[in-house]
Amino acid sequence: MDVLRIGGKEITSRLFLGTGKFSSDSLLPGVIRASGVQVVTVALRRVDFDNPQEYMLNYIDRECILMPNTSGARTADEAVRIARIARAAGCGNWVKIEVIKDNKYLLPDNYETLKATETLAKEGFAVFPYMSPDLMAARQMRDAGAAAVMPLGSPIGSNRGLKTKELIRILIDEIDIPIIVDAGIGRPSEAAEAMEMGAAAVLVNTAIAVAEDPVAMAEAFGLAVRAGRKAFLAGPGAVKEYAEASSPLTGFLRDTEQ
Amino acid sequence: MKVKINGKIAELDASLSLLELLEVKGIKPGQAVIQYNGDIIDRDSWTDIVLKENDELEILRFVGGG
Amino acid sequence: MGFYDVYKAYQETGIGGWLKNTTPERVGAAVGKSRVSEWDFLAMLSPAAEQKLEEMAQQAHRVTVRNFGRVIYLYTPLYLSNYCSNQCVYCGFNVQNRVQRRTLSVDEVEKEGQIIAETGLRHLLILTGESRVEAPVDYIAACTERLRRYFASISIEIYPLEVDEYKTLISAGVDGLTIYQEVYDPVTYDQVHLKGPKKNYLFRLNAPERACQAGMRTVNLGVLLGLEDWRTEVFALGLHARYLQDKYPETEISVSFPRIRPAAGRFRPRAEVSDRNMVQMITALRLFLPRAGITISTRERAEFRDNLIKLGVTRMSAGSCTEVGGRLDGNGHDGQFDISDTRSVKEMKEAIRKQGYQPVFKDWVAM
Repeated sequence: MDVLRIGGKEITSRLFLGTGKFSSDSLLPGVIRASGVQVVTVALRRVDFDNPQEYMLNYIDRECILMPNTSGARTADEAVRIARIARAAGCGNWVKIEVIKDNKYLLPDNYETLKATETLAKEGFAVFPYMSPDLMAARQMRDAGAAAVMPLGSPIGSNRGLKTKELIRILIDEIDIPIIVDAGIGRPSEAAEAMEMGAAAVLVNTAIAVAEDPVAMAEAFGLAVRAGRKAFLAGPGAVKEYAEASSPLTGFLRDTEQ
Repeated sequence: MKVKINGKIAELDASLSLLELLEVKGIKPGQAVIQYNGDIIDRDSWTDIVLKENDELEILRFVGGG
Repeated sequence: MGFYDVYKAYQETGIGGWLKNTTPERVGAAVGKSRVSEWDFLAMLSPAAEQKLEEMAQQAHRVTVRNFGRVIYLYTPLYLSNYCSNQCVYCGFNVQNRVQRRTLSVDEVEKEGQIIAETGLRHLLILTGESRVEAPVDYIAACTERLRRYFASISIEIYPLEVDEYKTLISAGVDGLTIYQEVYDPVTYDQVHLKGPKKNYLFRLNAPERACQAGMRTVNLGVLLGLEDWRTEVFALGLHARYLQDKYPETEISVSFPRIRPAAGRFRPRAEVSDRNMVQMITALRLFLPRAGITISTRERAEFRDNLIKLGVTRMSAGSCTEVGGRLDGNGHDGQFDISDTRSVKEMKEAIRKQGYQPVFKDWVAM
């Protein structure tokens, strides 16, 4: 059994679901069932008394692990505060740190994210920092006690795929905690590619939420992630860089050995 | 009595506890987190805290998010 | 957890059986990978990999050119002292050997430094035997401070130090450490190091890590080939280098492949290492650690060294002399080992150019 041990839990589904942007929360049960996800992200917002709505968590399978995010935070302090409030809501100790000051591209602030990670890891949170894929920053997140790092594939909601592939590959090679590709994955094939590279999991939201048929797309992502993971474990054959023969480099050995 | 709830001034007739306020507002206690004058308040204390003039409240809950 | 735990964990998986059972197909699959794992590396060190040697060489050549360009860095050793309290069975400076002992004065060191500097070399490796009395840290620091005027980079190859002592030498101007474990197998290590402080296996094993902790810019590891089965030893060397690379990314890790040469005492290698074996280990190491520097010293024959230039080597010594004060009076004191490639710096430059490579004397400047 291929189990992912992460944040003090053991899970078998390597697709994490973001629950924003769905046309209706009532789609979520079908999406969760079709994709087989075990981890879903949620956000914390003020209750809107003027527009009473069905409570979103009522649509989430009780078996799912909730990963509240700190969306809306612009500094480490704000992220820490949001995380503490989320924990007080009694849904476990997982938190996705998201600190964004840049409203144009919605790119995360790695430095503030690191500071929040340090504080929250010390307070016993399982911290999942969402970050730009930078090796030095990822090492610091790991050293600060992050449960995983979540590098972006391309800007949030852009559906542009794994534009940061080379940088993510370096994180996978060098960082000995799970790497979860978050943001930018637009198609199941891109999710499969991330998994083939050795990502521990992928987090998908927009691509499922805005599909014509979110439930079918969720199922497609679930299958793609499993396929990619299986391919990674199977160990793909080497890609030969050059087919042509060059002049021999070891011919001299034969001369000296005679 | 005036208190601030989620950034808006609200007029309350009687002194309510936090739990009673949620009931009035139609929010199930299990679905919300309350920050009272800047502090996160444990659910167990929601009956003990009674609102007074100029209190500030943030009542939050989970919504969809990525 | 130090490197010894890592080493032991791999030993316990039964390396020997793995080496024997590796197939050429398994080696072929490993060679083309963009990320070569520890097990791929081990496969490339197996007897089966000899059938894939040309393929490994081609790939090692491409990876080296891509990472380093067509350049060879040149350095030369300067022996400060040959006093030594160790009894290493393979070494000319063995305390039991009747060789003339000498420690250069700081002025003599400067004079020899000037002679070297006149050849154009700017990277220097200074060496001592293991004697904290005859060649203490303060003395090595004083030599370094004097030599800094003539050299862009000064590395040390001396007895293992504590972190603070490495810091002292770094502030004196040392930027590189070369320290060979000689042999990773603890039993053989104990057998070939008969007496002296060098008997302390772990203190030596952890010296490179202490240097990293002290902030050393480059750390160069090595095994002395001929003491133990080279396949398992080079595997351990690669693991050690990878361990340090991962843990101390700010330090540049490189490796050397010294093969035992005749020295006073006439030690015979306990395990054969052929030229073909050398090519296999160098190319395997290159593919396992694409960014690591690889050094080949003048212990090797000129013609063999020339052929290695294209296979992954990045650093070579030139104009070497393993006697203390050898360049000052040249009156034939006994060296640490016999030099095989006796070409001058000028001849080395020409040989490197002939291979289509550029000889580099000065890699960077310490500010």
